[in-house]
Amino acid sequence: MTATAPQAEHDERLIRTSPLRKLMGRPELGSIVGAIAVFLFFSIAADSFLRASSFGTVLYAASTIGIMAVPVALLMIGGEFDLSAGVMVTSSALISSMFSYQMTANVWVGVFVSLLVTLLIGVFNGFMLTRTKLPSFIITLGTFLMLTGLNLGLTKLISGTVSTKGIGDMEGFEAAKAVFASQITIGSVNLKVTILWWFVLIALATWILLRTRAGNWIFAVGGEKDAARATGVPVNKTRIGLYMGVAFAAWVSGQHLLFSYDVVQSGEGVGNELTYIIAAVIGGCLITGGYGSAIGSAVGAFIFGMTSKGIVYAEWNPDWFKFFLGAMLLLATLLNAWVRKRAEARS
Amino acid sequence: MPDTWAAGVWLNTPRPHPGVQREGHDVVARVRTGVRALGAVLAAVLGASLTGCSSTGGKRAEERAAAAAAQGKAAVNTPRWTFAMVTHSGAGDTFWDIVQNGAKQAAVKDNIDFLYANNAEAQQQAQLVDTYIDKKVDGLIVTLAKPDAMKDVLTKAKKAGIPVVTINSGTEESKAFGALTHIGQDETIAGEAVGEELTKRSKKKALCVLHERGNVGHEQRCEGVKKSFKGTVENLYVDGTNMPDVQASIEAKLQTAKDIDSVVTLGAPFADAAVQAKQQAGSEAEIDTFDLNAKVADSLDAGTLGFAVDQQPYLQGYEAVDLLWLYRYNADMLGGGKPVLTGPQIITKDDAAELKAYTKRGTR
Repeated sequence: MTATAPQAEHDERLIRTSPLRKLMGRPELGSIVGAIAVFLFFSIAADSFLRASSFGTVLYAASTIGIMAVPVALLMIGGEFDLSAGVMVTSSALISSMFSYQMTANVWVGVFVSLLVTLLIGVFNGFMLTRTKLPSFIITLGTFLMLTGLNLGLTKLISGTVSTKGIGDMEGFEAAKAVFASQITIGSVNLKVTILWWFVLIALATWILLRTRAGNWIFAVGGEKDAARATGVPVNKTRIGLYMGVAFAAWVSGQHLLFSYDVVQSGEGVGNELTYIIAAVIGGCLITGGYGSAIGSAVGAFIFGMTSKGIVYAEWNPDWFKFFLGAMLLLATLLNAWVRKRAEARS
Repeated sequence: MPDTWAAGVWLNTPRPHPGVQREGHDVVARVRTGVRALGAVLAAVLGASLTGCSSTGGKRAEERAAAAAAQGKAAVNTPRWTFAMVTHSGAGDTFWDIVQNGAKQAAVKDNIDFLYANNAEAQQQAQLVDTYIDKKVDGLIVTLAKPDAMKDVLTKAKKAGIPVVTINSGTEESKAFGALTHIGQDETIAGEAVGEELTKRSKKKALCVLHERGNVGHEQRCEGVKKSFKGTVENLYVDGTNMPDVQASIEAKLQTAKDIDSVVTLGAPFADAAVQAKQQAGSEAEIDTFDLNAKVADSLDAGTLGFAVDQQPYLQGYEAVDLLWLYRYNADMLGGGKPVLTGPQIITKDDAAELKAYTKRGTR
């Protein structure tokens, strides 16, 4: 680089950026533009989309994805994947249901045993990753397959059938249901408690990312692992912590599944892990790590919820759903990349 | 980010380079070659399809046969109601195509706007029902393969005043969940019919192939076979979404357990996989199946399959729409509080010839 570049007169770190440019540099901007576009589109295409009651349904659909998309986004900022996230939700629900039933214990005992075991699965993922130094893709693929098998095998072995036995009449069920699966009705809008869980998780994750040391660690680990280690970032602890975050959210989602329907199907959850990753990517997370936001993942989940339900409201053939999803994913990512390039070129 | 910034400046600085001009030309030339190659491939494909006509099968044969698509026009003058069907089907399942064909035919006759959605995950299926309640449809048709997940939304539908008919699965729960009636096959009874038929054919050891883990109806079918069959029954779980795996699993089982003299698959597409597995394994077992499709009808006619048990999916779709219409129009309901059974119907070589035509148009 020659010294003749005119820009070098000022130190670029001291240049004041206008609020607009700051906004352009935010990871979630592209997805927010996308969300507005999808919202307007379905408002016009589907007459029942704008009804208040529909809003509750869409928010609920978004929250069930969003609860998982938040920690998955954090994990992706930290540069890793978790393919076991979808099945872990089912595992968590199965554990608490079967433990309570078999031990004839208060439902809350099962819920906390499930929390411990699910967090342990998260630790296992993180520990294997940091110890073996294999790609997280391989490690969590292994966990994914093992959990899928364990879910079916153990459920069949313990309960005799592929679904668990009902725990609806056991002590503590009503209280747990209130925490994980209740709903309030405002006017004609049903709001499920998952929406509250979702918002709390977004706020918590955003606070961690932007206001704490752990947040800096996450960005550093995802950006350049070795440089981060050299500057004293506890790389291994950060990664294990991120996997535990995913496990915690899986526990919340799992308990929601259990207490909404009071039995759990052991074969479910397969494929959902990709949904969470898609939501995070639509929300501006880079596949390679080091960039993204929790709010972005929420917007991604919201786009997901609007699309999946909007297609039904618009009375389209659901056979095409995956096609629209794929197109949406591509468009959102392209939009993100474009916005970011513009933002970087200007600053 | 100073690093990227610096890199950007460096890249954007014009660099006089003798190769630049030529590189550009190369790119254009390469693109042109690409276009030409693509043209050649297209021409070849077009040529092949023009010269290589097939005189049998294909789209033209299908067009010659009666179309499966719902035909005719409304035979009633009731207002145009909207009925929605939500099933637990996975993507692209022939069985549910037949159900839909039946429902669409009834919808045409009854002047109904027919909507359809499906999802194999219980939670997602419940959410789909939710969306139709939001849409304020005039009638709902729901499958109860995973009944507990549907309880809440069906209560919600009832509260919203939307009549519900359950089809296919959920014989036991239908009434308790407030549905008007249930149209389908009692899976245990269907299994028992298979067991009796196997006994009649003096079989000793049967293999029941389950292609969907977690489906209660499938478990009941195999239980039913076990109950009425005089010989022994063994269950084999396979991954129904992976056909080569289904074949390999059955093949391995037939190779290890030589005394199996009959294989019962729970879905029509898997019968063919079982037939191929049997040939590979050199087994003498008779292949029988639940459900019917064009391939099964052909195989029954050719004698490679023993028998099939049909639950008449067309009827399930057709009757569901028609009964909802009757309820809306005249407050009628069929079944007297009991499920309306559409099966089991045992189909052998004798019936196959007639059914072949119907399977080809997608109504059996």
